[in-house]
Amino acid sequence: MSTRGFTGRKPPEATRERLPPGQYLTEDFPVLQIGPNPRLDLDTWSFTLREGSRPLKSWTWEAFTALPRTRWSGDIHCVTKWSKFDTAWEGVSFDDILADAGIAAPTAFLLAEGYDDYTTNVPVGDLVGGKGMVATHYDGAPIPADHGGPARLLVPHLYFWKSAKWVKGLRFTQRDEGGFWELRGYHMYGDPWREQRFTGD
Amino acid sequence: MIEPTARPLPWQSATLTAIRPVTGRVKSYRFQVAFDRPVLAGQHVDVRLTAPDGYQAQRSYSIASAPSQDGTIELMIEGLPEGEVSGFFETVAEVGDTIELRGPIGGAFVWRPEDGGPLLLVGGGSGVVPLLAMLRHRAAAAPEVPSLLLYSVRDAGEAIAAEELAVRARDEPHFALMLTLTRAGGRRVDADMIGEALHRLGQPGHIYICGGNAFVGRTADLLVDAGVDPRLIRTERFGS
Ligand SMILES: Cc1cc2nc3c(=O)[nH]c(=O)nc-3n(C[C@H](O)[C@H](O)[C@H](O)COP(=O)(O)OP(=O)(O)OC[C@H]3O[C@@H](n4cnc5c(N)ncnc54)[C@H](O)[C@@H]3O)c2cc1C
Repeated sequence: MSTRGFTGRKPPEATRERLPPGQYLTEDFPVLQIGPNPRLDLDTWSFTLREGSRPLKSWTWEAFTALPRTRWSGDIHCVTKWSKFDTAWEGVSFDDILADAGIAAPTAFLLAEGYDDYTTNVPVGDLVGGKGMVATHYDGAPIPADHGGPARLLVPHLYFWKSAKWVKGLRFTQRDEGGFWELRGYHMYGDPWREQRFTGD
Repeated sequence: MIEPTARPLPWQSATLTAIRPVTGRVKSYRFQVAFDRPVLAGQHVDVRLTAPDGYQAQRSYSIASAPSQDGTIELMIEGLPEGEVSGFFETVAEVGDTIELRGPIGGAFVWRPEDGGPLLLVGGGSGVVPLLAMLRHRAAAAPEVPSLLLYSVRDAGEAIAAEELAVRARDEPHFALMLTLTRAGGRRVDADMIGEALHRLGQPGHIYICGGNAFVGRTADLLVDAGVDPRLIRTERFGS
């Protein structure tokens, strides 16, 4: 059923094809977070893989940024409805992180944890094979704090709340445990193309 | 307490029952809609408009009304020039129209009476809308909770609910209002203003900041600079 008198501003075909349902294209880069930017110092920054509470491997900033680099360019989609096209990121792929730790993923699920105590769940299958990275650069420059720098998770094929800002580590979990938003009614998986915004979508 | 919401969030038809001007650019829209779960102060709804060819546009709007049992909610929408959805509300929507929406949404930027205070609310422009819901709820359910609203607008004519807020500040012993006008020699929220707000309110128990992106980032930083525990601060951003 259509809304009386609404015609809208339908984007051109080429844009529409790249927009998941319910999204609109934005040129700027909106910021979304639950609180202030945490104040992080690269001298004390670290990134840690854990299985449950047990640390598997930690990196300092120097060690982390010495790992092999990966680049990814493409479109990102935020659950608040904006999408941004052709964003360019650089960082360390999840595969290279595991390789440097000398392990295979011990479970099929994990929670990404931020320095701001934010958490979000991502299946391991959505990070391996080049699908996810810990990004340190956006558009050729270090990621600004507003966008999650010095390092954020990047899982671009899921809604952007999965790409945890200010990431401090990944914690493998036995089952698929909800994170901050997932415990507050947002979808456990969050595929923009299936418009999985909220539980049951 | 976090209660995982396991139930789907259905789209619903809401009837527009009243439209009233709030400022030169903002109007209030009241909808009749029965949600299947309670509304918390600070939450928003998603609105979905559909064109005759099936094309749809969705946007989020905060609920301005306090949680209530009367089966209605109030939204306050600023008509932006060329705004696809806000422009529709500004120039097309009429009482009696049916609009699709779903909600209530959001579990982080919410205040419940049992959360207590002191409650520091910082709003920029239309970002005051969810804070208004908190103030209305507080006045009805927990008037003893100390609260202060620091509200930044370009000029006096752009202050949403200016009269209501002035009356509240006059009549409610535990609510204080600090209004700052930024245009033409005015003053933006700065460290001194934050200091004054903290001094008047006392050590806050909860802080909610809402507005445009730059405003929210800047005031959150000022509060952290002033020594406030970052974990007390919740932010919501309406856009750039
Ligand atoms: C959680 C949340 C709560 C919110 N609550 C409120 C609220 O209570 N009240 C409120 O007013 N807003 C609120 N917003 C903002 C709201 O969701 C919309 O972003 C806002 O109404 C603008 O949407 P629009 O469709 O009117 O404008 P859009 O069409 O999205 O455009 C946004 C701006 O860009 C410009 N623009 C974009 N594309 C073009 C183009 N092709 N040509 C010319 N100009 C263009 C427009 O002029 C406009 O100024 C909230 C947002 C969030 C995320």
